[in-house]
Amino acid sequence: MTFPTLIADASASAPFPRFTADDTAAMLGTFRVLAPDGAPIAPDATLENGTGVADEDALSMLRSMIRQRAIDERMLGLQRQGRIGFYGAATGQEAATIAPAQALELRDWIHPALREGGMALHRGYPLWTYLSQCLGNKDDTSTKGRQMPCHYGSRQHNFVTLSSVMATQMPQAVGTAYAMALAHDAPDRPLCFGAIGDGATSEGDFHVAMTSAGVMRPKGLGLPLILYCQNNQWAISTPVEKQTAAPTLAVKALGYGLVGVRVDGNDALAVLRVVRAAAASVRAGGVPVFIEAVTYRVGAHSTSDDPSRYRDEAVTLQWQQRDPIVRLSTYLQQRGVLEDGEAQRMAVQYDEEVRGVLAQVEGLPPPPLASLFEDVYAELPPHLARQLAEVRALQP
Amino acid sequence: MPKMNIIQAVNDALMLAMRADPRVVVLGEDVGKFGGVFRATLGLQEAFGADRVIDTPLAESGIIGTAIGMAIYGTRPVAEIQFSDFIYPAFDQIVNELAKYRYRSGGEYPCPMVIRTPVGGGIRGGHYHSQSPEALFCHQAGLIVVQPSNPYDAKGLLLSAIASEDPVLVLEPKRIYRGPDHGTNWSAHPKGEVPAGEYRVPFGKAAIARELSGQGTPVTLITYGAMVHTCGKAAGLASAQGIDTELIDLRSLLPYDLEAICESAKKTGRVVVAHEAPRTCGYGAEIVAAVTEACFDWLEAPVLRVTGWDTPFPYALESAYLPDPARVFQALDRVARYK
Ligand SMILES: Cc1ncc(C[n+]2csc(CCOP(=O)(O)OP(=O)(O)O)c2C)c(N)n1
Ligand SMILES: [Mg+2]
Repeated sequence: MTFPTLIADASASAPFPRFTADDTAAMLGTFRVLAPDGAPIAPDATLENGTGVADEDALSMLRSMIRQRAIDERMLGLQRQGRIGFYGAATGQEAATIAPAQALELRDWIHPALREGGMALHRGYPLWTYLSQCLGNKDDTSTKGRQMPCHYGSRQHNFVTLSSVMATQMPQAVGTAYAMALAHDAPDRPLCFGAIGDGATSEGDFHVAMTSAGVMRPKGLGLPLILYCQNNQWAISTPVEKQTAAPTLAVKALGYGLVGVRVDGNDALAVLRVVRAAAASVRAGGVPVFIEAVTYRVGAHSTSDDPSRYRDEAVTLQWQQRDPIVRLSTYLQQRGVLEDGEAQRMAVQYDEEVRGVLAQVEGLPPPPLASLFEDVYAELPPHLARQLAEVRALQP
Repeated sequence: MPKMNIIQAVNDALMLAMRADPRVVVLGEDVGKFGGVFRATLGLQEAFGADRVIDTPLAESGIIGTAIGMAIYGTRPVAEIQFSDFIYPAFDQIVNELAKYRYRSGGEYPCPMVIRTPVGGGIRGGHYHSQSPEALFCHQAGLIVVQPSNPYDAKGLLLSAIASEDPVLVLEPKRIYRGPDHGTNWSAHPKGEVPAGEYRVPFGKAAIARELSGQGTPVTLITYGAMVHTCGKAAGLASAQGIDTELIDLRSLLPYDLEAICESAKKTGRVVVAHEAPRTCGYGAEIVAAVTEACFDWLEAPVLRVTGWDTPFPYALESAYLPDPARVFQALDRVARYK
């Protein structure tokens, strides 16, 4: 079976998911609210604005999506000039990245994968810290200059500092959800959101997590847990067809007794509604939800590869026609809440913001030498104290 | 004072910790109703319920990954890996995640949790129920690694581990769970006396399991876990031959008590290190290097290692593989006679 690419059927929608473990229509079909041209597919008079999304929510997402793209473009440029070592952009995936952050509450924990940095920004994680992390300078409070770029984290924003290792965050997200279930009672409890890429669904830890997510039921309820896959259809040079022979990723939920939902990841309204409903369901003790947000990595994997060497960029062009920012801004213009040219003005304004902050953080020094030995343990053990003295003695 | 074996001491520590702190949970394969394959968690589920004493799916990376996710949120998990031979599916979670969490998050996400797992040979377990993996974990910055040799330390180290702000791997020498030797039990052993309440054995502090008597050529013998008892017998054999052994039980493998090691090495000038694990790049290599670096001017003889052979752990020839008192004695004899 070939993987539905979404190019063919982009103007239809599966019914809104029921959030039950037997809802195979939600796993095999694709829910969307807006067609690629920004027009609501099946306006529902019983819902706010016919789409189920308030204008202020849509605008809030749009702003963060445009900001994310401005940041990514600037950082890619920086990498090309050799001013940072690496960068993984979310270009073309802004709806799939930002909409879940809009749907969740700050008390909910995020275990991110590589492309979710925008979720932290949407929560208020400072651009100053974001850029300092990429630069590895003294103001990188996320990792104190200890990890490569794009490894953001912030306790204040309940955004767990990721590692580079694929899928390890999935069982951890199960554990965090378990701890939440012990500490809080349904229906009003925080939830844990674990993110993963399509390629990483082949890792053992993904399957281990899906198994545990189904069987662990503290207090006799489902875990407050959403597992979320941005299926951008590529893992570096490997297409998703080589990761699985299943018809969709969402249908994997069936085998683990979870709720599975497939959503158009370039449709911010659809993602928002699905994650919101999933959140309400798992907060109340429903079965954990696995969401596949179908999108496309229109850029390179990172700043170190050239996709034209391994894929047909004609397909990429088709996906660029499905741009999530254009879709959402067109919708908002048609609703009359976004003026002509306003999206472009925002892009300019955010680019200025990035350049302004960058100019201030780029000159900042690296973290102090002693920080090399901090945080290995809660307290400095004798052997590290000796090594710190050794490295200090080597300094000019 | 109550008499306990190591299993009972572990169980007692878990009972106390779970009663004292509602954040403590226990998880692992068959740890619930069944009480674990070695019965270390017996009665815990009955006392604290299935939400806090969790029978997990059969997936070690899941056990450790789940425990990590709990720990960063504020739960205090004590995970059991049924045999250390089966810890490798979780090796990634331990090495790349658990050990590095505090560091990689700039101190924002410490990950205080405990992993308990049985180690070592002597139970006719073949390759996959006998190995001693301590060196692999002592190579991981961010972990604390301990191994008790008796019930008193087993309880005290585990209580320290549960209270620790850092991740702790507790390696339990399964061969001596029920007695210091085949056919003997802990009730006759001084370290089988275990205080009823809470007490802690500090990390990074070795114990002197046998002191110098002042009679004969002094030698330092350094070991840990079940080998403490093998080495105790070797020291007995040696004393009849005019060799006076100071036996150091490291208890903490990472960090280890360099001070105690050096103090003894400088006193005796003759040092032997013993463990069950294979020799090449084994834990003993670290101790030999440390002694050589720090005490070279005091040494009277090469520092020797007595270890398992550099083969997979065997089944039928287990007794030829494991260092026994005679083999340890040979090494003591060699360093004592060295001129
Ligand atoms: C365990 C592991 N293996 C390999 C890698 C190298 N690697 C980094 S990203 C990546 C592809 C990830 O693809 P996907 O999960 O689809 O995420 P995406 O990059 O598309 O967001 C690989 C193979 C890694 N980081 N971790
Ligand atoms: Mg991908």
